[in-house]
Amino acid sequence: MKVFKLMFKNALRHKLRTFLTIVGISIAVVAFGFLRTVVTAWYAGVEMSAANRLVTRNSVSFIFPIPYAYRDRIAQIPGVETVSYSNWFGGVYIDKSQFFARMAVDPETIFDLYPEFIVPPDQLETFKKERNSCALGTDLAKQYGFKIGDVIPMEGDIYPGKWEFVVRAIYQPRDKTVDGTQFFFHWQYLDERMKAEMPGRAGDVGWYLIKIKDPNQSAVISEQVDNLFKNSRAETKTETERAFQEGFIQGTSLIITLLNFISFVIIGIIFLVLGNTMIMSARERTKEYAVLKTLGFSGKHLLGLIAGESLVISAFGGGLGLLLTYPLVGVFSLAVPKSWFPIFYVEPLTIVLAAISALAVGVLASIFPLQKALRTSIVDGLRFVG
Amino acid sequence: MGSMIEVQTVSKSYWRDSFEIPVLKNITLSVPEGEFLALMGPSGSGKTTLLNLIAGIDRPNAGSITISGIDIATLNESALAKWRSTHVGFIFQFYNLLPVLTAYENVELPLLLTSLSKKERKQHVETALSVVGLADRMNHYPKQLSGGQEQRVAIARAIATDPTILVADEPTGDLDKNSADEILTLLGRLNKEFKKTIVMVTHDPRAAERAHIARHLDKGELQ
Repeated sequence: MKVFKLMFKNALRHKLRTFLTIVGISIAVVAFGFLRTVVTAWYAGVEMSAANRLVTRNSVSFIFPIPYAYRDRIAQIPGVETVSYSNWFGGVYIDKSQFFARMAVDPETIFDLYPEFIVPPDQLETFKKERNSCALGTDLAKQYGFKIGDVIPMEGDIYPGKWEFVVRAIYQPRDKTVDGTQFFFHWQYLDERMKAEMPGRAGDVGWYLIKIKDPNQSAVISEQVDNLFKNSRAETKTETERAFQEGFIQGTSLIITLLNFISFVIIGIIFLVLGNTMIMSARERTKEYAVLKTLGFSGKHLLGLIAGESLVISAFGGGLGLLLTYPLVGVFSLAVPKSWFPIFYVEPLTIVLAAISALAVGVLASIFPLQKALRTSIVDGLRFVG
Repeated sequence: MGSMIEVQTVSKSYWRDSFEIPVLKNITLSVPEGEFLALMGPSGSGKTTLLNLIAGIDRPNAGSITISGIDIATLNESALAKWRSTHVGFIFQFYNLLPVLTAYENVELPLLLTSLSKKERKQHVETALSVVGLADRMNHYPKQLSGGQEQRVAIARAIATDPTILVADEPTGDLDKNSADEILTLLGRLNKEFKKTIVMVTHDPRAAERAHIARHLDKGELQ
């Protein structure tokens, strides 16, 4: 019989209380893990950013276009490897609730810029050749059952009219951190329609995507790009892809801050739940601790008993919570359209944070009862009536 | 026989709020080795306090307590804890067994602080439980034992480390007459056969009769 056996027996002394505490901790850990996963999903675009990609947009706002004519001038800047471009298409597929990102892109360069989207070479060739073709991610294909050769009809909103796209390529995300819900079609297809129907809107792109040879040159090249178009009708703002993505989510930063705050409030709740249990347990055992001290057990033995019990409960609660986090995130990911949260998975850092938090709370929750047990004299402890 | 316990002009008082409550006043007491001493007196007379001081679980405000030549009042907390674990066996009125441990595990508790191997600990536990006549109940939990049996397990726990002194605070106070007789007989046997020096606090004259000497305390003074 060792001291830690006594610790385990103590932890199971009030089975219902211990069970409820473990369940309480596990629910809190699940909530923590889930919220952190939502925050991670929110930042997925930022995390996906590559250091060697720049984005050039209209300096006034992202919603204003910039001329297609800028493309060749940007390409001439030393250090620029590839220049691609995109337009946000918008559009309605089935109804407005069926949201996924739809973009008019340069088919010749888009997949060079995004090697994390893996397209079978034969499909890529077909996609490049056909003007009304589209390429989409496997997650989107799975969600709507799209197959190669399918025709996808859409109702334009930003670009009015009825549109049809033929699926010619389905890309595979390189790993689970890459968005598999994107929808790309030919920018030329869009521009031709604009020339015919709304000439004033033809020849414009939403933003340029620039692949540079040396990521360390990003600041210099960004400045050179913007200097090229100073005092023009559409001045530009060039920044790293990461900064561009961060700008997108800046508008929701309050929500993210709140989610982060709530996730740490949950840690506080774990602390209160476990702390309450440990205080009650230690109070009930005041006399037993006095008996142990009488027998010669020292402070370090009481530390082992009290902190150990607290850690055992927090470890079980934390472990159970982490085990439950995976299926919950999985169910959520299946229940909501993939395009809402294209990248939704439990990040290793979330697991580490949850585990560390649960264990840290286990240690912290034992401090007060331990202090009390150590400070209570043997005589007072033996007299204690709980 | 030499003196095992020397209590010299010991005083002890407690503070309740801002009031000092004197409990023991200039107590001087000598207990020879192998003695069986009963401390008697009415409630509040200070007998349990004196027992606690002798056992090293409380400290006097003045005076000295020497056990086998060691002035225990001079020992620091950890040294005192170590001294208690090897020199003193405790028997409480309400047994104070740990409810989550079996009789065997309760008796083994003080042995965990020694350097004995698992096998040696087993021998000690089995011997102690045999002495108290509970070898067949070693796997029982306290709630599965009668009051008298619980107290016998507590005595086995007290003697498991083979201490020189046994201190017993009202060891029969919670027991019926038959069980009390059994416990007193057992204490007498430990004193006679195993040469344990016993200091027992009791207010039961029948229990005190089993001791060799009975000393009376009244209002903190030894009569």
